[in-house]
Amino acid sequence: MPAVSKGDGMRGLAVFISDIRNCKSKEAEIKRINKELANIRSKFKGDKALDGYSKKKYVCKLLFIFLLGHDIDFGHMEAVNLLSSNKYTEKQIGYLFISVLVNSNSELIRLINNAIKNDLSSRNPTFMCLALHCIANVGSREMAEAFASEIPRILVAGDTMDSVKQSAALCLLRLYKTSPDLVLMGEWTSRVVHLLNDQHMGVVTAAISLITCLSQKNPDEFKTCVSLAVSRLSRIVSSASTDLQDYTYYFVPAPWLSCKLLRLLQCYPPPEDGAVKGRLVECLETILNKAQEPPKSKKVQHSNAKNAILFEAISLIIHYDSEPNLLVRACNQLGQFLQHRETNLRYLALESMCTLASSEFSHEAVKTHIETVINALKTERDVSVRQRAADLLYAMCDRSNAKQIVAEMLSYLETADYSIREEMVLKVAILAEKYAVDYSWYVDTILNLIRIAGDYVSEEVWYRVIQIVINRDDVQGYAAKTVFEALQAPACHENMVKVGGYILGEFGNLIAGDPRSSPLVQFNLLHSKFHLCSVPTRALLLSAYIKFINLFPETKATIQEVLRCDSQIRNSDVELQQRAVEYLKLSSIASTDVLATVLEEMPPFPERESSILAKLKKKKGPGAVSVPDLEDGKREGGELNGGGERGPDSAAMSASNASTPSPSADLLGMRSAAPMSAAPTSAGSLLVDVFSEAGPAAPSAAVNDDGFLRFVCKNNGVLFENQLLQIGIKSEYRQNLGRMYLFYGNKTSVQFASFTTTVSCPGELQSHILSILRLNVQTKPVEPVVEGGAQIQQVLNIECLTDFSEAPLLNIKFRYGGALQNLSLKLPVTINKFFQPTEMTSHDFFQRWKQLSQPQQEAQKIFKANHSMDTEVLKAKLLGLGTALLDDVDPNPENYVCAGVIQTKGQQVGCLLRLEPNGQAQMYRLTLRCSKDSVSLRLCELLAQQF
Amino acid sequence: MMRFLLLFSRQGKLRLQKWFTPMSEREKKKIIRDMTTMVLARQPRSCNFLHWKDLKVIYKRYASLYFCLAIENQENELIALEVIHRYVELLDKYFGNVCELDIIFNFEKAYFILDEFLIGGEIQETSKQMVNRSIEASDMLQEDDISEWYEVELFG
Repeated sequence: MPAVSKGDGMRGLAVFISDIRNCKSKEAEIKRINKELANIRSKFKGDKALDGYSKKKYVCKLLFIFLLGHDIDFGHMEAVNLLSSNKYTEKQIGYLFISVLVNSNSELIRLINNAIKNDLSSRNPTFMCLALHCIANVGSREMAEAFASEIPRILVAGDTMDSVKQSAALCLLRLYKTSPDLVLMGEWTSRVVHLLNDQHMGVVTAAISLITCLSQKNPDEFKTCVSLAVSRLSRIVSSASTDLQDYTYYFVPAPWLSCKLLRLLQCYPPPEDGAVKGRLVECLETILNKAQEPPKSKKVQHSNAKNAILFEAISLIIHYDSEPNLLVRACNQLGQFLQHRETNLRYLALESMCTLASSEFSHEAVKTHIETVINALKTERDVSVRQRAADLLYAMCDRSNAKQIVAEMLSYLETADYSIREEMVLKVAILAEKYAVDYSWYVDTILNLIRIAGDYVSEEVWYRVIQIVINRDDVQGYAAKTVFEALQAPACHENMVKVGGYILGEFGNLIAGDPRSSPLVQFNLLHSKFHLCSVPTRALLLSAYIKFINLFPETKATIQEVLRCDSQIRNSDVELQQRAVEYLKLSSIASTDVLATVLEEMPPFPERESSILAKLKKKKGPGAVSVPDLEDGKREGGELNGGGERGPDSAAMSASNASTPSPSADLLGMRSAAPMSAAPTSAGSLLVDVFSEAGPAAPSAAVNDDGFLRFVCKNNGVLFENQLLQIGIKSEYRQNLGRMYLFYGNKTSVQFASFTTTVSCPGELQSHILSILRLNVQTKPVEPVVEGGAQIQQVLNIECLTDFSEAPLLNIKFRYGGALQNLSLKLPVTINKFFQPTEMTSHDFFQRWKQLSQPQQEAQKIFKANHSMDTEVLKAKLLGLGTALLDDVDPNPENYVCAGVIQTKGQQVGCLLRLEPNGQAQMYRLTLRCSKDSVSLRLCELLAQQF
Repeated sequence: MMRFLLLFSRQGKLRLQKWFTPMSEREKKKIIRDMTTMVLARQPRSCNFLHWKDLKVIYKRYASLYFCLAIENQENELIALEVIHRYVELLDKYFGNVCELDIIFNFEKAYFILDEFLIGGEIQETSKQMVNRSIEASDMLQEDDISEWYEVELFG
């Protein structure tokens, strides 16, 4: 037993601890503890009144036993008794026991509160501090009720000792966090802000935590803290390293306080007062400059403290996101750290750069470090650093570097740690989809993913590739060919078999012309994998087989043979057996026509948010660090849409199992993908494919118009969605008037504060030489607060004054957590919304057509089909446009002609439209003739992107 | 703010636990288990930071003891690392060349020193002199009574 170094030295306690340490086994330890507990119990129950010292010793032993992980069900009363001892050490142990072991025994709480009350009013600073520490440690509701009004008084009283002030500030903070309703703002609040000016650095350090928390919740009441914080920071930053005496830490003046000050400033937008802002920018520059100076000490503590301030300053610069100069300097500084020999700095630089990557000012600067980051991914010894490198690559990815980044991530996957593989797979899948220009690259990437890390490829990922292939006819042949080749490998992952089965079942015909992949070869290849697969995959393969029978009648006999064999038709698995029986029957009794209808190619999947993205978000949790919410949503916008949770296998089954529902075959495909918002998307009726609109990565401040084009031919749906916010619209138009309902849904559980929206009509509207207001949009203001999970509604009244081509802009600002979110969207108000359909005969149509024969009146475009050329889909779109679709006008029945009048306040513009599809070439020719040339041009522009 | 601070040995024996937010005993046990397995599995010369759920975990080894501090997501890792270091310095100053045994046998002191340094998961006082002054002041109060206790101990 070592000699007790200092203080009171409770011998009995030391002996006991020593005994416990000498116990050879867990059993021996428990035996020794039980003996001690029995001893203490008897002492507490004994007739002889215990003196303070013994009580303290036994309470301390109980505490020790509890901290070893054993339950303690007595001794609380004795501890409470110690609180009222006038010996400091007894009181101290009493408080420690209560802090560690308090339970909500109300009788006891009352006694404890009494003791605390006495100590608080004792005017003995040491006792007061003990009491305050106890309140802060326990922080229960009962304590808040008892002391929430008392503590602010202690905090701001003129005669309170500094040390008590410090404890009181943090104690109040604790109570505010537990029971904000009980801590009432009052006259003390302004005096608390002025603690930032206190002479005692310790008081400022303690108070600033309180002020920061209060500012986050009540920014307006505390905004005077900004200028105080700036001047305090400036004094610290410019002080010499010895000025602050003991508040200098390894030659760095007041590092904790500096970080806290910079953190406080992150609760606010940049200071409006020019002088304050100038001073702050100066501070930030000084901090950045100091990073370049040679270190004043070789100790790691020196560099840690210095860099802690630097990173906090960079966070503030990123938060402001308005000083391009500082942002680029920050980025360069982090770039240096990327190659620093300290692992910690490399880690933090990678992490910090992730947020910089989402600023439009620094995105490009971040991208210049791509090689270093890739290198980090390959060579870092520490998995958590590699993880940050992967996060950063994901964040810095855009169209220009997507291929490189995806390739590097893929090759990293081969050796990646198991703990991060699944997340890596999701990221690769998302990037590949998001930045796919040609979809054959996308298909290759996903198949590679399955090859390299098949076990980590979740359902969402392989469902997704199928959804995309189904929705894009230009990639189907390639997908069939590639998957056929991939299946040749002697050992391929089961997920590959699933994708292969599905795709060949749908599109095997596209490669059947080549004798090397003739129908039978395809079938034999798939079937060679059958026996190695699990039940769900086998079920999927059976569906693929029945699809083969429809696609290739010549395989019918072979496949029926397979279905008929005992291992299928009498399979012990109900699902497999049912499929075998039903498919066999279907193939024998149904006529070719019926078969063709039942087993028709899958319809395109309706628009949904990428289910992979949802999965990644779920995995990363609400506090996702690496990918900034807003940015993420903006970039993805409307690009990636597919069938959500619905597995393609079950969708395929819906066709064949319609009559006999089985557990996995309930789905009437489309319907299961129900709209999610109050503003329903017309999922099934208008399949406006939007893949082709995947624009380059929009910088954070740019306008999001991904959603915009989807609404040319429809009025309702989800305009925008990210992790935080969903915006749905419903709109109706009559003559030259319109009304639009905007639904803002808070997807988080946290309140959006200071929620404001503004609508402006940009560009030509204001800058037009004649300054004619072309569109009059009136908004009613929205509620300033959107509760978590709630949805609020806003109405816009729209009047079309004259024809226009710029869309109005909707700007949304709100606070989520501490951060200001800013979002701009193009509102889908387009000139065609003011169409009145006009029915006319063939004769009238051509007469009007000829009248509009001036060259400017006509606009024409020839373009490649981006979406399905299906007649019904086209008709639905043209009707959605607002014109009348005229039958029997065009001598060629393949063509579509439409007529309508655009109603503006000042005039009416007559419009005629002709759309000539060429199915073989997958092309369209679109011609518009309007009585006003600008309208022809605009309509032509809008429509060319819809088909 | 800081959420909790754990001190454990290389064998995973817990030496100090400080929870800055209310938590059930079950949750505490789970966290202790997670932290010890996670931190003890780290390779030497790895970085000192980990992500765990929605928290950042900052850890550092001093001789045979691991100090493991969990902070909220937006907090500064490097300054948290120096919170640990300052606490070690405070212990060192008090015990004089502090070692694991000092903390085992005088665990209550380790808690008292921590309370002078951090309250409710925030820093109360960063100055070593100031913290030591309050600890010494309370020790002075103890020394006055020490003879009296010693006697009692002889009879007890």
